[in-house]
Amino acid sequence: MQSLSTEDLTALELKANDVRQGIIRSLLAAGSGHSAGPLDMSDVFTALYGHLMRHDPKNPQWPDRDRLLLSCGHIAPVRYSAMANFGYFPVEELLTLRKFGSRLQGHPERVSLPSVETTSGPLGEGLAQGVGMALGAKMDGKDFHVWVVTSDAEHQCGLHWEAVLTGAKFKLDNLTAIVDRNFIQIDGSTEDVMPLEPFAQKYRAFNWEVYECDGNDIAEFIETAQRARSYKGKPQVIIANTIPGKGVSYMEGDYLWHGKPPNKEQAGEALRELAAARERILAHE
Amino acid sequence: MSSGTGVREGATAMNLADYRRADVKMVPTRNGFGEGVIEAGSRNHDVLGICADLSESTRFEGFKKAHPEQYVEIGVSEQMLVAMAGGLAAVGKVPWIASYAMFNPGRSWEQVRTIMALNETNVKIAGAHAGVSVGPDGATHQAIEDIAIMRVIPHMTVVVPCDSVQTKKATLALSEMWGPVYLRFGRDKSAVITTDETPFEIGKAQTFREGGDVAILACGILVYNALIAADRLAKDGIECRVVNNHTVKPMDEAAVADAARTCGAVVTVEEHQKAAGMGSRVAEILAQQCPVPIEFIGVDDRFGQSGDPAELIEYYGMGVDSIVAAAKKVHQRKA
Repeated sequence: MQSLSTEDLTALELKANDVRQGIIRSLLAAGSGHSAGPLDMSDVFTALYGHLMRHDPKNPQWPDRDRLLLSCGHIAPVRYSAMANFGYFPVEELLTLRKFGSRLQGHPERVSLPSVETTSGPLGEGLAQGVGMALGAKMDGKDFHVWVVTSDAEHQCGLHWEAVLTGAKFKLDNLTAIVDRNFIQIDGSTEDVMPLEPFAQKYRAFNWEVYECDGNDIAEFIETAQRARSYKGKPQVIIANTIPGKGVSYMEGDYLWHGKPPNKEQAGEALRELAAARERILAHE
Repeated sequence: MSSGTGVREGATAMNLADYRRADVKMVPTRNGFGEGVIEAGSRNHDVLGICADLSESTRFEGFKKAHPEQYVEIGVSEQMLVAMAGGLAAVGKVPWIASYAMFNPGRSWEQVRTIMALNETNVKIAGAHAGVSVGPDGATHQAIEDIAIMRVIPHMTVVVPCDSVQTKKATLALSEMWGPVYLRFGRDKSAVITTDETPFEIGKAQTFREGGDVAILACGILVYNALIAADRLAKDGIECRVVNNHTVKPMDEAAVADAARTCGAVVTVEEHQKAAGMGSRVAEILAQQCPVPIEFIGVDDRFGQSGDPAELIEYYGMGVDSIVAAAKKVHQRKA
């Protein structure tokens, strides 16, 4: 895997800014949807599409591509925005989010948009499918990697832990789970609704290799993900600590932004903030 | 008496076994699955067997021995069974996933709907231990709602073969067709009605006996009871057409309508709740295409219980006497 130059990092930070702007625009156009998770995972998705994954937007069904599964389908706007910004479809299509006839369904559907790899939304199901894909790759001697993005709250689902058990049984080192550890869910803090801590210890006890990093620091995430990907003998999990709503100050850290979109004024404010952040990236501040 | 006019496939072409013999061969339908899946795995090495800790009773043991590289054991986790199979199918595998029908698709229904059907993946469910004929295990393990929950899912194919020989054929045919499928079979020994020469085609109902007075549309192991009932009814002057309506979805609408049109009265027979099962689908078709009196044989909004399989079939109103009574009743209603 190539190392990250300063220029590469700046380019990725600008992309992440584009991804966030796409999220805000698509949510405003949709009039419904989730804000906090998509914004806080913009850096991770940018790192995946922009640096970590083996993929080709011009050949999205390339058999040897890395598989990226979004288990928590409700944060679809970040995936759609990242895909658009990395060339899978025109950025203007983001404005069709959640609208009748759009490929950009409220929760991702593989049949209408094959490069999302699977249909998701019901929580706790992505890692299980990732285990299947990773096992299938091993059976056939394929060397693609399987990445599964999960929310922290979906670790309250039993099926997710069935997948954690199974991944360990088959020593699926071609499988990396990425947890959006933002501590929020619809009804409040994860630790109030149903405590997940000690989180890393749970995965260690299930025989996974555990990494933690700042999920809003692209360079740190890439460095961590590269180490995870090259680990042999066990599946890996990256606990990506993120700030919900990251990049839009009035949303940051507020669980009430989990499941609602900005209105026109709020979206305008968000886009102004993101434009200013873009200037700061260019100025290397 | 009817000569079976309009039937696309005469009963004589069915090459049935001599099911009237007192010593009719008795084999569990699950054995047919076990044999079929081994052969499917030999024909196509992408066919996988995935089991949730029930390899002996779902008859996966032979597959495990014949194709160890294609066999995956994941323990007691039926939701995982479906979701993982979805992932394997997404990378080109043809996974057969087996558990008791009560747990898969019973426990895993949302994963079946989302990952198999909405997501259109080539996953095959083998639902073992369906019906009250599971016997002593009791109501917790007797799936009698599974046809209902599967037939309402778009893109799903639902097949309930009549005996072990047909279960083997169905397993092979379903392995070779693309798409999500549900194959339902049982635990107990049941009469072998068909032979290797009996044709089988997904979606094509089979006329096992000709008759023009009442049409008995049956699926699963109760096709045998329907045939025996038809013999008894013939002695009373009522000639029944007996149709093996093995594909519940997509149902052979033409065959169902033709049976109703020819006979003018219908009895449906299934080891399932009367509600929302095969018979309900027949009623939906006939309400639109050929409204005739219908009687339903099945479990009447109750749960099962422990007992001997034959005893339970009788107790829940699915025995030969019940079918005879239903046929007489519907025959009177059409008059």
